[in-house]
Amino acid sequence: MPITGAEILVKSLQREGVDLLFGYPGGVLLGIYDTLFDADLLHILPRHEQGGIHAADGYARATGKVGVCFGTSGPGATNLVTGIANAHMDSVPLVVFTGQVPTNLIGGDAFQEADIVGITGPIVKHSYLVKDVRELADTIKEAFYIARTGRPGPVVIDLPKDVATDKTKFVWKDTVNLPGYNPNIKGHPGQIKKMLRLLEGAKKPVILTGGGVTISEANKELLRLSERVEIPVVSSFLGLGSFPGDHPNFTGWYGMHGNYASNMAMSDADFIIAIGTRFSDRSTGRLSGFAQNAKIAHIDVDPASISKNVPIEIPIVGDCKVVLKQVLDDIENYDWRKNEGPRKEWVEQTRKWNSEKPFSYDYSDKVIKPQFVVEKISELTGGNAIICTEVGQNQMWAGQFYNFKQPRQFISSGGLGTMGYGFPAAIGAKLGCPDKHVFDIAGDGSFMMNIQEICTAVQYRVGVKVAILNNRFLGMIRQWQDLFFNKRYSNSCLDCQPDFIKLADSFGCPGLRAESPADVEGVIKESLKIENKPVLLDFRVDREENVFPMVPAGAAINEMVFK
Amino acid sequence: MRHIISILVENKFGVLSRISGLFSGRGYNIESLSVGETMESGLSVMTIVTRGDDRVVEQIIKQLRKLVNVLKVRDVVTMDHIEREMLLVKIHANGRTRPEIFNIVNTFRGKIIDLNGDSLVVEITGSKDKNMAFLNVLEPYGVIEVVRTGSVAIARGSKATSDR
Repeated sequence: MPITGAEILVKSLQREGVDLLFGYPGGVLLGIYDTLFDADLLHILPRHEQGGIHAADGYARATGKVGVCFGTSGPGATNLVTGIANAHMDSVPLVVFTGQVPTNLIGGDAFQEADIVGITGPIVKHSYLVKDVRELADTIKEAFYIARTGRPGPVVIDLPKDVATDKTKFVWKDTVNLPGYNPNIKGHPGQIKKMLRLLEGAKKPVILTGGGVTISEANKELLRLSERVEIPVVSSFLGLGSFPGDHPNFTGWYGMHGNYASNMAMSDADFIIAIGTRFSDRSTGRLSGFAQNAKIAHIDVDPASISKNVPIEIPIVGDCKVVLKQVLDDIENYDWRKNEGPRKEWVEQTRKWNSEKPFSYDYSDKVIKPQFVVEKISELTGGNAIICTEVGQNQMWAGQFYNFKQPRQFISSGGLGTMGYGFPAAIGAKLGCPDKHVFDIAGDGSFMMNIQEICTAVQYRVGVKVAILNNRFLGMIRQWQDLFFNKRYSNSCLDCQPDFIKLADSFGCPGLRAESPADVEGVIKESLKIENKPVLLDFRVDREENVFPMVPAGAAINEMVFK
Repeated sequence: MRHIISILVENKFGVLSRISGLFSGRGYNIESLSVGETMESGLSVMTIVTRGDDRVVEQIIKQLRKLVNVLKVRDVVTMDHIEREMLLVKIHANGRTRPEIFNIVNTFRGKIIDLNGDSLVVEITGSKDKNMAFLNVLEPYGVIEVVRTGSVAIARGSKATSDR
């Protein structure tokens, strides 16, 4: 029996196992929303499309499922652009539906028309404009397949109004037919042997773990490799959580605001096994000074990530988990006693670096140090909360002072650096993982960018905590102006900010304030007792605290500044 | 170095813009681009001429291979190959200059495909160098308009970009 495109859409989503989606209706989506009214799907209405897509992104990162969101044609679709780019940079699987004007009006500059396939071209993994309802089911099947396989990413489906109302028979195929899309999953055995042979001869090896390890859930294999051969593990920023933060082999994260031990380990290593990471400029520092003593093996599902920024000795294209399993299957064929001595010394060296110069700050009992707040959140949640962040100083302190143990615990906009990401992402994460404590470690500047989503959290009883490290500055901008622009604080001072407590009250959610270090613990404990509604925690922190250590722009990662 | 990238693509909505967008978005220059259907319906081959060092071209090829509608990518320059572009040249010609132009066209193995009282149109194919030389010789007679296809290239031997 023929059914409408909207009904096909709902059935297809259900076949893909979707039970939750985020969306904002609009004129061309009315047919779809009418069908959603009766559908057995939880639809979350954000207060801005950007909030919706970041929530879908946070949901996807926290659960490992594909995030789904809807926006209407024109402005609805363009409001999704930042979220699409954000997901693209950090390899987050999303299927994004945008409404489009009816097919007969496309190209005529109709009301709320925008060429969204054209606009999003460079920031999607793939996109579709569905011109015929008979293509709809296949398109949705393909979109989900593309979004979640290989290197995951966002897929856009542009849906003209008439496609949602036209009728056809619903046919759901079991397989997709994509001749141009064949992600390489298994690593080349010869390259894996080469890697193990180099590792066998290495005296100062390092494993560099990235976000790809979390995505492919290769953390257990990673742990086994590190423990079997006694290799220190350095993490990229988005790799945090892919290796237990309290493990003795863990050095920390490397890069611009990474720790001393990690940056030194990368600089001194003679062999690096990089897994699921893309050597971003924020990580590597000046390329000519990066890992000069090391040969690098790179395991990544995306062949274009290999040798893109850093020359690679041994490229291994494949899924991190599958490749690491292959490595572990082959591992006993090598003589690990040969360089056991030097490797032990090397691990000891990284531990020594870590004990000499861990992340630290000058505690004060008069003014709240932002680092202290993050440390207390880590302590009081036992390191088990999901931590989302905004972008800037708050993000760096969250990475430095929260002790991440598990994958999918740290959710942050790494590649695009999207202010306003953390709060909606936290809403998505909490909806996906209702049993976990979810914090958004926020700056007052970033939080203001999607503050309207408090409404969403209140309406759907989403119990996220927003820890605002409130310094009334765009903190990271101010830090750079402090260090490199002679303290000329051009447009970084937020002279007018709301009273976040009164604001919370007006939205119908609790707000708690800490003015001095003595208040911090109580406020966090209080927030942990509150369920089913968002809580705003306003920490009035030291206004001019800076993030250290820091690798200044243009310096090599071992040229760190500590004050 | 100059590279000729031959790309087998599915002939679907937006493919050309995805490919050209990939070049512009990553700051690579397209010197010429030509597209035509293959023997198999629904598939086309694009020939893109670009410049870059080995690292840049490796990235271009890898990024192209990631596109869902791209089936195969080859840098034809790395193989023994034949390259041609076609020019249509409109040129001033009168009774006095016509025999001279005919001679030049014959020398370069071009074809006169249109003729009237004060101008003519020549069709010529060849390498870029040959075509440039042809234009240089014709220039004194007054070239009115040149349109060119951009290069197409094919590898020698029995292997084809359109093999899958």
